Amino acid sequence: MLINTKFLGNIEIEEKNIISFEHGLPGFNTLHDFALLPVEGNVALNYLQSIKQTNICFILMNPFLIIEDYEINISEESVADLEIEKPEDTCLYSTLTITENIKDITANLAAPIVINTVNNKAVQEILNDSRYDIKYKLYREE
Amino acid sequence: MLVLARKKNESILIGDDIEIIVSEISEDRVKLAIRAPKSMKIFRKELILEVEQENKKSAESDNIDIKKIAVAIKNK
Repeated sequence: MLINTKFLGNIEIEEKNIISFEHGLPGFNTLHDFALLPVEGNVALNYLQSIKQTNICFILMNPFLIIEDYEINISEESVADLEIEKPEDTCLYSTLTITENIKDITANLAAPIVINTVNNKAVQEILNDSRYDIKYKLYREE
Repeated sequence: MLVLARKKNESILIGDDIEIIVSEISEDRVKLAIRAPKSMKIFRKELILEVEQENKKSAESDNIDIKKIAVAIKNK
């Protein structure tokens, strides 16, 4: 199927690759279907493009490249919703908030996107974990 | 909306398996203890609102120079 994207124009995707958020995402409860697309020039990044609304597109980053020992507990409810059988079937992503100044880019480590790669069911899992920040600065002043 | 008064160490039951106990009261703060099935998600409401706000900022932002970002993050 042909979809309209915010950053890549019109592109063709396969329906079976659509990532489906049964309950939407916080703030976007009515958007269920997204396409996970590569960002040219950086394998750590992906687009999460809404199928229905062209102007809604997240930029995702592999959280393990932000914090090496990142770890989360996926709630029993999400494990059931996504029909997760093995931890290794899941993929984690952090949404990035990008501002004009690149030094101010933040990653949301407190609410990662969890995708079951077996069936492409997904959820934004809100963690009750004080270690992880909603606005974690990518560029740290050491 | 149901509104009811409780004293310290009193509790309310919601359905068959949720209990909320008032465990401590001070001037402008109350500490609650919640007994609920592990599968039930329980959050501070402001956390959900913060995630909603951050999602909007994240997904709706325009004028993103993705090529520049891709290079910057690679060289981080």
